[in-house]
Parts: sequence; structure tokens; C-alpha cells
Amino acid sequence: MITEREAVAETPGAVAHQFDDFAQQHEASTLGMWTFLVTEIMFFGGMFLGYAIYRSAYAEVFGHASNHLDIVLGTVNTAVLIASSLTVALAVHAAQESKRRALLFFLALTVVLGLVFLGIKFTEYYHKYEENLIPGWRFQYPEGNAHHAAIFFSFYFAMTGMHALHMIIGIGMFLVLGVAAWKGRYSAVYYTPVELAGLYWHFVDIVWIFLFPLFYLLGRHS
Amino acid sequence: MKAEKLDIPLQPRIHYLNVNYGIKSWLLTTDHKRIALLYLGSITFMFFIGGAAAVLFRLELMTPPGDLVISETYNKLFSLHGIVMVFFFLIPSIPATLGNFLVPMMIGARDLAFPRLNLASWYLFVAGALFTLGAILAGGVDTGWTFYTPYSSVYSNTFVVATIVGVFIAGFSSILTALNFIVTIHTMRAPGLTWFRLPLFIWAHYATSLIIILGTPVVAITLTLVVLERVFRLGIFNPALGGDPILFQHLFWFYSHPAVYIMILPAMGVISEVVTCFSRKRIFSYRFVAFASVAIAVLGFLVWGHHMFVSGQSVYASMIFSLLSMLVAIPSAVKVFNWTATLYKGSVIYQTPLLYGLGFIGLFTIGGLTGIFLASLGLDVHVHDTYFVVAHFHYIMVGGALMGYLGGLHYWWPKISGKVYPEGWAKFAALVVFIGFNLTFFPQFVLGYLGMPRRYHAYPDEFQVLNVMSSAGASILGVGYIIPMIYLIWSMRYGKAAGPNPWDSPGLEWQTPSPPPTDNFERTPTVTRDVYDYGERGRG
Repeated sequence: MITEREAVAETPGAVAHQFDDFAQQHEASTLGMWTFLVTEIMFFGGMFLGYAIYRSAYAEVFGHASNHLDIVLGTVNTAVLIASSLTVALAVHAAQESKRRALLFFLALTVVLGLVFLGIKFTEYYHKYEENLIPGWRFQYPEGNAHHAAIFFSFYFAMTGMHALHMIIGIGMFLVLGVAAWKGRYSAVYYTPVELAGLYWHFVDIVWIFLFPLFYLLGRHS
Repeated sequence: MKAEKLDIPLQPRIHYLNVNYGIKSWLLTTDHKRIALLYLGSITFMFFIGGAAAVLFRLELMTPPGDLVISETYNKLFSLHGIVMVFFFLIPSIPATLGNFLVPMMIGARDLAFPRLNLASWYLFVAGALFTLGAILAGGVDTGWTFYTPYSSVYSNTFVVATIVGVFIAGFSSILTALNFIVTIHTMRAPGLTWFRLPLFIWAHYATSLIIILGTPVVAITLTLVVLERVFRLGIFNPALGGDPILFQHLFWFYSHPAVYIMILPAMGVISEVVTCFSRKRIFSYRFVAFASVAIAVLGFLVWGHHMFVSGQSVYASMIFSLLSMLVAIPSAVKVFNWTATLYKGSVIYQTPLLYGLGFIGLFTIGGLTGIFLASLGLDVHVHDTYFVVAHFHYIMVGGALMGYLGGLHYWWPKISGKVYPEGWAKFAALVVFIGFNLTFFPQFVLGYLGMPRRYHAYPDEFQVLNVMSSAGASILGVGYIIPMIYLIWSMRYGKAAGPNPWDSPGLEWQTPSPPPTDNFERTPTVTRDVYDYGERGRG
């Protein structure tokens, strides 16, 4: 293995000029992605904080408003997303084992699952449109304080929308990785991009793992 | 670190500035040194735009009635000044120029960890600046740099969205720079360069990067919510619709107070280098200065509520924020005392960088001590939103951060350009800046204490003398900024060759030709001793 590593390391362009060796490059890239994910946590954190404050201030209306979310579609989507995390992990594993076909298969599966999630999400959005639950555009809420319910749906769209945007970016990344994997770019020696895209995808999943109970489950039917 | 001294030519034949020519070689460069110069040009441009706005409102304030501009224009002028100076000059100033240039050189690396990301950050900065400048040309924005809701999200009839989009994009530019610094400092230090051998400039930039990483995303999402609220008429921060404007202030200051430390910490890093070099002495208590940077970064995140003492937040929250704000004074004072102790019994050489350094120490002390006034609950109620606050933060940001920036620019100019700047003119300009600065802002302390509120274009007659003093000082300050720009550009062509190490400093960045080659070092240096080892050099 070490000789193969060295062989790759000596091919021009394999290690960027600012790095001494492969290990340093891998360490830097990994730390870079983790640091980026810290910024992402703070980015979503601002919205989570806002949501938590209004959730406690307007608990009753928020609990009531959450009944308007489709728990079946939400649960299915949670399962789809967790499954996509598994396929990403398998893709990283396939890359580490230099299994090109398996890598391509699992990347493709992840993209499909991601698209299924987005499809279901946009179906839910469409239902909200039909039910006049889009603040600032079509919004009617006769059951309670419409202003407070509008804040609930504002956060719902802002947070799930920002999450969906991250998924779209992730799917784009997997498509780019897929092309490179097709060309046989990744192997047991060099799989950093697959690993880091996987990290990103897991992060996006974890955001949803918090969004789902906060919006769909908490205070339901209260 | 020292043996190669003799092999280094006075003037290298090929270096990063002349390795290739043409506009493409600059706009597509991934060399951190060239990107630093791209930033230098861009932020200097923004600085003069922000400065022009200041010229106009200082002219308006020469006379008590609002005669030069109407109140709406005045609001747009101070908003423009604040937004441009904070987001497009002060925050990128030292990190994106000197930091970009020096972080890899000081740790013996060939470049930052992610050179293309570094270039991307410059393009993001330019894109953000263009958005904001576009908003100014279209008619400006009148919210102040703080974008308080619901004024910004509901009532203002100016170009809030375009301005915020510009600030948002520029925020990502600083996030990318900070990410690059953190990764580079962690993974790319030269052999033998342990954490406690790092220059304090690096510690300061590391602490700054932590703040940028943790704070900037929060203001990004907050401003995004303001835009969504404005465009879709949402009620997140609008009390008329059940929203909470205080929540906006909390989120905004959670970033924007630490942002003050984003501006001042890199300047403190510069001063640590300059003070040691021109006292020819090891820094007094290296570890205390290093950890003070980290302590400022950490404590800086716990004090934002002192901007909101009169906002209606809980009085208990205010008391705790007041106490925590005073705690920040401790690491700040540690730095000031340690610089002073470094100067004590040093072989002090009064070169221009040290003049700025001494200016920094004095003015930062005044700015810091008046900060303690403002952190005191009772006194803050009296001077809140007066010129006292304006004077306080200008002592920190202009007297501190900008002095540090100018000092650093002079100190490393021989490395950046390979040329010596004219010392006489530089000393003269430093003096002009110091006099102009104090004449501009010291009267504002008095004005504020007497009760003149900030952000008004007209004022009672009794405040005129102090306002005229301030405006006169501003014009002197303006001259003080223009002189260095002229002679620094002049020196690039006509200056004498500086040689690799004109200050005889043991720092790694000086152990290579000036200007440095594209890869910074002929071969990766190995570090065997302390970075502030001035004493041993003297003994030879």
C-alpha cells in the first residue's frame, strides 16, 4: 500500500504544490470541511434559536399550527434521508476499497434518494400553497392568532427551504463526484473528496433530524 | 532560521511580483501574496469611499442647522460610512492584506492551505462591494450599519435588500479567509515551529479566525431573515405582526460585538511584532499575550448585551452583560501592560511602525477605558446613543485598528514591495494622523457627555465649537491618509532596494528575499528557536 501511495504522490498534480505530502493534504482538507461545518451549525443555529424563542412564546399557536404539517410525508422523508446517509457511507467505503462500480452505484442511489426527498418536500410545499399557508403570499389562518401562526410557517419555510437548498448543493456535488468516479479518479489511495462530501451530507441529514421533531412532532394535537 | 542570511540577494531577479505579467496573471492568481495585494487595492478603494461620506457629513456638522444636506441625505451618508468602513474596510483590513501575505510566510509555508478558495474569497468580496456600491448609486440606504428592525424590514424606503445582499456576500468572503487561516496554521507549520514558537501575529489571526467562523454565519442568517421579512412581509422581527425586534438586536450583536474584536485583534498582533522589533527585545511574557488573544475571542462572545442596556432586555441580563464586558478589559489590559513592559529598558528605535505602535497603545487605552464607562449600567444610560459612544468606538477602530493597519503596512512594506519607504515623510504622516485623529474624536467625547445625540444632522448652537474642532481634525486626518498612499506607491518605483531583512528581525518572513519568490522560501525552513530572539542576535 505504501508504495502505491508513494507512486501516486509522485505523479504530477496529485499533491497540490503548497503541501508536502498526501497526508498533510488530506489532514488540511478534512479540517477545512469540519471548520466549514462549524460555520453551518452557527448558520442554522440562528434560525433554531429564533424558532425556539417563538415556540416558547407562542406555544399554543405553534402546537396547533404544526397539525397542518403532513406527518406521513414527513416521516417518509426522514426515512428516505436516513437511508441516503447509509448509501453515502457505503459510497465512501466503496471508494476506500477501490471498488469503482460500487462507488458509482451508491453515489447514484444517494442522488436518487436526495431527489425523492426533494420531490416529497415540494409536494408538501404545494399542499401548503393550496391550504393558503404561505406567509406573505397566500396566508389565511382562521383557527387562531394568524400573526403567530404566520411566524411558525415563516420559520418552517425558511428552515426547511434552507435545508432543501443544502440538499440541492449536495446533489450537485455528488453528480460532480460521479463524473470523476466514472473516470476512475478515486481509489484506496485518494478518496478525500468522496469522504468530505459524505461528511457534508451527514451534516445536512442531522439538520433534518432536528427539524423533523421540532416542526412535525412537538406539541402536536395540543 | 539564521544561517541562510548571507546567501540572500539584496534584490532578487525573479520574485512574486515579476514572475509573470498581464491582467490575467493577477486576476487568476492563486498566490497568497498577490491576492493580498488585490485585497489591498480593493479595501483602499472602499476606504476612500467611506471616507468621502465622512467628509460630507463632517462638513454638514460645521454649522448647527441642517444646511448642506437634508436629514434623509445625512442618514444615508452616515449609513454608507458605517457599512463601508465596517464590512468592507475594517473587517478585511489586516487579515485579508497583511494576514494573507504573512500567515504562510511566518509559518514557513509555500501558500495557504486552499489557494483557490483564497482567490474565491477576493471575488466574493468584490461582488459584495459591487452590490453595496450599486445600492449607493441607486439611491443609498438609511438604516445605519446596524439595520435595526422593523425600520429596515418594514419602513425604510431605501435600498436595504441590495445593501444586505452585498454585506452577506462579503461575510462569506471573510469566512473563507478565516477557514483558510485556521487550516493553514494547524496543518502547515514548518518543522520545529511549535504553537508556542508562533509569532503573536499568528496567534492574533488564529483568534480572529475563530470569531469569524463562529460569528459571521449568525449575522448572515439574521440579515437573510431581514431580507425575507422585507420581501415577503413576514413578521419575524416586526412587533406589529407578533415578532420581536429585540431578538434581531440579540442576533445582530452576537456577531457585531465580536466583530469589534475581528477588527482589533489582528492590529494587536501587528503591535506585538512591531513593539518587540523596535525595542530589540523579547516580548514580555509571550504566553500571556498569546492567551490574551484567545481570551478576548472567547469573552468577546459573551458581552453583546451591553449594546442593549436601554432596549428593554431583562435588567438581570444587563447586569451580567455589564460584568462580563468588564472582564474583557483584563486580557486587553494584559496586552497593553506587556507591550509597555517590552518597551521598558529596550533599545527603542523610533521608526515609523513603532510610532504607529505607540499611537495604538495610547489611543487603544483611551478607547478601552471609555469602554468600561459604557459597560457600566448607570453611566451607559446617560451616554447611550450620544457622541460619547461614537468617540469611544472610533478610538478603538481608528485609533486602534487603523493605526495598527498603517503601522503593519509600513513595517512589512519592505517585504511586500522590496523597497524602502521614505522614512521622513512616513514619520510626518504618522504625526499628522495622530494629531488629526485626536482633534477629530476627542471633542466628541465631550460632546457626547454634554448630551449631543449621534445620527442628527442639526444641533443646538452651543455644540458648534466642538463640532468645528472635530471637522477640522477630520480634514487633517484625511491629509494624513493621503500622504502614505502617495509615497508608498512612489516607493514601489523609486524607492531604494530594502534587502531581505531591513529591520534585522528573526521572524521567518524576513529570512527570504524581498520581495519573496512565489513559493516564499528556497527550501522549507527548520525552526530551532524562539521567534522574538532579539537578545541573542545582539550578542552574536
